Amino acid sequence: MIPLRPIRSIVTRELKRFFRQRGRLLSSLARPLLWLFIVGIGINRIVETPPGISYLQFLFPGVVGMVVLFSSIHSALSTVYDREFGVMRLILVAPISRLTIVGGKVASGSFLSLLQAAILLCLAPLIGIPLGVQQILLLTVYILLTAVAITGVGLLLASRIDSLENFAGVMNFVVFPMFFLSGGLYPVKLLPAGLQWVIYANPLAYGIDLFKHALLPGSPGMALGPDFALTSNIGMLLLFSTITITAATALFDKEARLVRLATR
Amino acid sequence: MPAIVTENLVKRFGELTAVDGLNIEVRPGELFAFLGPNGAGKTTTIHMLCTLLRPTAGTARVADHDCVKEAWVVRRAIGLVFQESTLDKDLTVYENLWFTSCLYNLSPRLATERIDEILQLLELSDRKNHMTRQLSGGMRRRLDIARGLLHRPRILFLDEPTIGLDPQARRQIWQFLDTLRRTEETTLFVTTHYMEEAEVCDRVGIIDRGSLVALGTPDELKQVFKGDVVQLRSDRMEELAQAIRAQFHLSPQLTDRGLLLEVMDGEAFLPQLIRRCGDQITGINIQRPSLNEVFLQLTGREFKP
Repeated sequence: MIPLRPIRSIVTRELKRFFRQRGRLLSSLARPLLWLFIVGIGINRIVETPPGISYLQFLFPGVVGMVVLFSSIHSALSTVYDREFGVMRLILVAPISRLTIVGGKVASGSFLSLLQAAILLCLAPLIGIPLGVQQILLLTVYILLTAVAITGVGLLLASRIDSLENFAGVMNFVVFPMFFLSGGLYPVKLLPAGLQWVIYANPLAYGIDLFKHALLPGSPGMALGPDFALTSNIGMLLLFSTITITAATALFDKEARLVRLATR
Repeated sequence: MPAIVTENLVKRFGELTAVDGLNIEVRPGELFAFLGPNGAGKTTTIHMLCTLLRPTAGTARVADHDCVKEAWVVRRAIGLVFQESTLDKDLTVYENLWFTSCLYNLSPRLATERIDEILQLLELSDRKNHMTRQLSGGMRRRLDIARGLLHRPRILFLDEPTIGLDPQARRQIWQFLDTLRRTEETTLFVTTHYMEEAEVCDRVGIIDRGSLVALGTPDELKQVFKGDVVQLRSDRMEELAQAIRAQFHLSPQLTDRGLLLEVMDGEAFLPQLIRRCGDQITGINIQRPSLNEVFLQLTGREFKP
C-alpha cells in the first residue's frame, strides 16, 4: 500500500519547481519548435513523400515523442539534483518506501511530459493534422504510457549516476541516440536490418509509433505510416515500464549514495 | 529503557574502518554530545543510528527498536538534521515545512498547526513566505532544525548543527536546543567538534578513529586533571621543559599551543616559576582544564577539528 499524501507532495514539489525554473519551460518548448519548423521544413523541401502526407506531418509524432523524451528524462534526472543538494537525504530518512519515492517521480515526470506535449499538440492543426476529441483522449493515454516508460528508463539511469557532471554525458550518449533511433525522423521499415534491431530495444520507438497511429490515421501500411501494431506498442511500453520501475526501485540504494558523505 | 544503545557497532567501507566497535548508551531526555575530530566516525555513526547505513557488525537500537530489522519504526521515532542543509532552495520556508509534513503523513490540520508553532519557536514566522535561498545561514540552519522537529520525534539527531555559523547564530541554536530539551523532553544526540559546545551537554562521548575514548559528564571527564593547566611560550621550548623537569619534578607536554603543565594550584605556582625560569619564558596563560586538554590527555594528540 502506498500512502497518497507523500506521493502527492513529491509530485507537487516537482511541479512547483518546474514552473519556478522559468528557462525550463521555455527551452522545452523551443527545442521541438526548432526541429519542427527549421529541420522539418528544410527536409520537407528536399524529400519526396507519398501523396497525402508531407514530411512535416510525418515528423510531427516524432517531435511529440521528443518532448516526452526530454521532459521525462529531465524529471527523472532531478533525483540526481536532489541527491546533490541534499533533499534526497531528507526523503530517504522519512518513513516512506522506495516505491513511494519512485512512484512520485514517475507520476510527476509523466504529468509534466503530458503538459508539455499538450502545448505542442495545439500546433497540429497548423500543419494540417486535425485533432478530434477521440484523438486527444487516445493521445493522452499514449503519451502517459510513453512517459511512464521513459521516466522509468531515466530513473534507472539516475540510480547509476553519482553527480550532475554526468548529466551532459547522458544527454549525448542516451537521449540523442534514443531520439535518432526511434523512427521519429525516418520510418523504421526503411532502415537496414541491423539498425532496426536497435530500434526494437528503444521504448521511445513504440511511443512514437503510437502517436503515429493517432496522428496519421489514414496511413497504416503506407511507407510513412506506423511501423508496429497498436497492441504490440502498448505491450512493449508496459513491459518497459514494469522492468525499469522495478529495477529502479531495487537499485534505489541509499547506502552507496551516502558513502561519499560519510567517509569524508 | 535507554533512547539509544549500540553494541560493538562496526562500519567498514572497504579497507577503511570508520566505526570500530562502538558501545554507547544514551538516556531518554538527555542532551548527549558526540565529540571528535573530522573523520572520527561521528557522521557514520549517526547514519547507522538513523537507518541510512547498514552496520557491518554489531547492533544498534534506537527508541527501543532495531535499526536494521525495524528501520521503519525507528524512522517514525527519530528526526535527523543533516550536516549539510537538505532544504529545497526552490521552495519557500512554509513549503519546505509542508513538504516534510507530507513525507511524515501528518494530517493537513495538524501540519498547519505544527508549522505555525515551530516557526514561532524558531523565530522564523515573519519569513514564512520567503524563498529559502533568501535566508541567512543561521536562519537556514534553524529551518533545517524545524524540519527535523515537525513530526515531534522522540529522539532528534543533529549532525554538526552549528558548523559554519557565526558565534551569534551558534549561541542562538544552542539556546533553542536547551529550550527544546526542557519543554519537549526530546532526547538530543548532537555531534560537534567545538569543545565549548560539548561543555553544556549532559554527557559527552569522545570518539577518535572510530572508537569511544571517553564517556561521562563534562565535569567527570575533566577530573582526569586535578589542577590547572599552565600554558607557556618560549623561544627555547626544549630547554625550558628540561629546566622545569629538574626544578619542579613536573612533566611538561610540548604541543602546538606551547608547553603545557598540569599543576595543583596555578596561582601559587606562577610566582615560583617566574622566579626560577622567568628569563626563558615569553608568554604565560593559565586556565582551568577544558575538554581540549582531556582530549589531549586521552589520545596524546592535539584536538584538531
